[in-house]
Amino acid sequence: MSQIEIQLGGLGGQGVVLAGMTLGRGLALYEELHVSLTQSFGPEARGSACNVQIIAARAPIFYPYLERPDILVTLSQGAFRRFAPGLKDGGLLLFEEELVKAEPLPNGVRAYGVPATRLAEELGRKMVMNMVVLGFFTAVTGLLRPESARRAVSESVPRGTEALNLAAFEKGYTCGLERLTAGTREGIRVCSSPISGRS
Amino acid sequence: MKADPIGVLTGTHFFDGDHACCEGALAAGCRFAAGYPITPSTEIVERFAQRAPLVGGMFLQMEDELAASIAIQGAVWAGAKAFTVTSGPGFSLMMEHIGFAAMTETPCVIVNVQRGGPSTGLPTLPGQADMMQARWGSHGDYELIALAPSSPQECFDLTIHAFNLAEQYRVPVLVMMDECVGHMTEKVVIPPASEIEVAPRRYTRLPRGEYVPFHAGPDGVPEMVRAGEGYRIHVTGMTHDEQGFPAPTVEAQQKLVQRLVEKIRRNAEAIVRYEETGVEDAEVVVVAYGITARVARRAVELARQQGVRAGLLRPVVVWPFPENRIAELARRVRAFVVAEMNLGQIALEVERCSAGNAPTVLVPHGGGAVHHPEEILEVILAQARTEEVLR
Amino acid sequence: MSAPVEAPLAANPVEAVLRSFRMPHIWCPGCGIGTTVNCFARALEQSKLNLDKVVVVSGIGCSGRVAGYLDLDSFHTTHGRAIPFATGMKIANPKLTVVVYSGDGDLVGIGGNHFIHAARRNLDLKVICINNFTYGMTGGQMGPTTPVSALSSTTPFGCFEPGFNLPHLAESAGAVYVARWTTYHVRQLAHTMGEMLRKNGFSFLEIISPCPTLYGQRNRLGDGLAMMKHFKQQSVLRHGAPTKEVGIELQGPIAVGKFVDIERPSFLDVMNEQLGRTLEAEYAGCVKDHVPD
Repeated sequence: MSQIEIQLGGLGGQGVVLAGMTLGRGLALYEELHVSLTQSFGPEARGSACNVQIIAARAPIFYPYLERPDILVTLSQGAFRRFAPGLKDGGLLLFEEELVKAEPLPNGVRAYGVPATRLAEELGRKMVMNMVVLGFFTAVTGLLRPESARRAVSESVPRGTEALNLAAFEKGYTCGLERLTAGTREGIRVCSSPISGRS
Repeated sequence: MKADPIGVLTGTHFFDGDHACCEGALAAGCRFAAGYPITPSTEIVERFAQRAPLVGGMFLQMEDELAASIAIQGAVWAGAKAFTVTSGPGFSLMMEHIGFAAMTETPCVIVNVQRGGPSTGLPTLPGQADMMQARWGSHGDYELIALAPSSPQECFDLTIHAFNLAEQYRVPVLVMMDECVGHMTEKVVIPPASEIEVAPRRYTRLPRGEYVPFHAGPDGVPEMVRAGEGYRIHVTGMTHDEQGFPAPTVEAQQKLVQRLVEKIRRNAEAIVRYEETGVEDAEVVVVAYGITARVARRAVELARQQGVRAGLLRPVVVWPFPENRIAELARRVRAFVVAEMNLGQIALEVERCSAGNAPTVLVPHGGGAVHHPEEILEVILAQARTEEVLR
Repeated sequence: MSAPVEAPLAANPVEAVLRSFRMPHIWCPGCGIGTTVNCFARALEQSKLNLDKVVVVSGIGCSGRVAGYLDLDSFHTTHGRAIPFATGMKIANPKLTVVVYSGDGDLVGIGGNHFIHAARRNLDLKVICINNFTYGMTGGQMGPTTPVSALSSTTPFGCFEPGFNLPHLAESAGAVYVARWTTYHVRQLAHTMGEMLRKNGFSFLEIISPCPTLYGQRNRLGDGLAMMKHFKQQSVLRHGAPTKEVGIELQGPIAVGKFVDIERPSFLDVMNEQLGRTLEAEYAGCVKDHVPD
């Protein structure tokens, strides 16, 4: 089965679901992949744990739930604590570095932190942190082309906020490229054609 | 006839099943929805409330599900296509009006996004335990049609189909979703209106005086009129004669109830719809519907990888049930494996239809989550092995 | 040979509005429901409305059978749910005049929730409630309007819960027109029904009606004629009376008249205004404009 499993976790109100929906949209509509997105959230609308699960594949997806994610994005310590142990060996962790202390890291996991909240604050709106994360994700994983992601961002965010959200996306994207080439950590395998090579 | 383009959101979308269902209703020409908020169905009417005023429609939030399920029927008799959506507890409250729709032959659609039950159960988590309630929940003898989508795309497609079947047979049609397909997001393609077939209401051309409101044609379905056009019809939930007036007699009851049931039973072959994968050479056939059919499909793949000839029969229309097909397969397969998110409902139907010619093995699940493919796989493998031992 | 001269049969003046071929009706001797139907038929005739556009919706019970005897588009729905059925119908086709005609047990017992919400919405429905203080069709059980101490088959030692004051309930919930008469007041009934047919909004008429078979005799109010006399004697004309003062006690006075007649934007007016103002040109109008002909 050539499929990749992605999980995004954080707190309600952080925009995790919108980030996941935007990512799923980019993959499903502009990368011609089969995508299934499922989500779970607590009964409270704000502040409770929430997470989004995405499967992307070249072939139709039957079982739409994750077994062990290849990529985990955590925006809260709680999400890290809860989901990091489930990450696949050799998987990839992306985290909000000011909100999450990514320790202990599971075996073989490569981790990239992004100061998403701070970058969003530079734009004057902390709430676009999720789009910073999406930009970062796009750069680091190479799972979808930045133009696919940008298109998905424009279509997913509330009307009138496209420019702000795209600016946030670019901040995260740039940061991702910098962190990738900084050479401090090993480069990532899931790159230009990440799905075809996996089993 | 083709869909009215105003209600068709042609394009490629990334929708969850609830949103897709709403778009299906709009594409089918539904312009009135009434509902009472209940998780996990609420997104359907939230979207309808947002979209309907732009296309000449209207959502009305009612005081309870009893009201919602009868308000839509008032709207139907005024000429609109209408639906309501709900989940477990609300579905229970709607039972009386499913019967009223069956008795008065009011074409309407009721969507149940199933969650875990009984009672309040698991409001945010899936179940498939309302399948027998869908079939038998209202009192008295009647037949209806129930569909079970297994993806957001099918939530769109089958909601249109539900409206079409409702018009064609003048019955309530149930779309039996579940929380998984309701909240799962996938690509949904909405074709141009010119490619969407919608069934018009079967209005009579006869003038008042010649028109007999409940006199059925050859297919068992009478022609309809709507209020306000001078026909001065009477519609009642009581046993009625062909003119529509109460007729509390044994003869009238027999004639009416027989026709209400037979208009579906006699047309069952045309209504039944199922999808088969690998059934041609299968020794073990898994029967599953809705979200569970996708899990079962994975299990069937895994079984094939292990050399077991497994297949999947997925009822798309669950009621009427594909009983002829099950009976046919029962004569040549080793076993049926029924996977469903309940403790044994459709399994009973498979067992009935197979008439002792092949065993039916249930893979139950109490609800709250889908099966894991391995759970179904184990039972498939066990059936394949058991039969070999017996030989 | 000249043709024989026949004395013309005295035609029922409201026959055109009735389904005479459905007679005789099911109601008991002395029952007041038929009287109200006659009044309603007169009101319809005098209204000059196009009767093809008038719909009557009933629930279940003796009064629920009214729909079957009127030569209109008529819907005999489920117990308590005439109002929500009528709600869907009126919204889907606002050009219809929708009358809900049912009993006290149906409208404010099992259907009480729908009653208060329909009044709150102020949807243009004309609700006529036959109040005979009991569930007649099922054999005379106590109901939501049965007065304290009244005997019924389920309160054999006297009712010990207070009944609803229906005009007060209707007004409190938002009705713009509230009146009450008894079946003795036939001209007033026809007049009030006529006003309701012209009123825009949720209008409510309570008709105190005798059920001699199951309520009157049990409570020493006598047969149908005796009950009518009782109504005549006990009625007190109180136009404009505060509705909280018009509750009814067993054997007590019955306030009658028009209690409420105010203006308040109806549901459809508010809906169209709100959607039109918010959506401007995008608002595609009400459902009816899109019902294919």
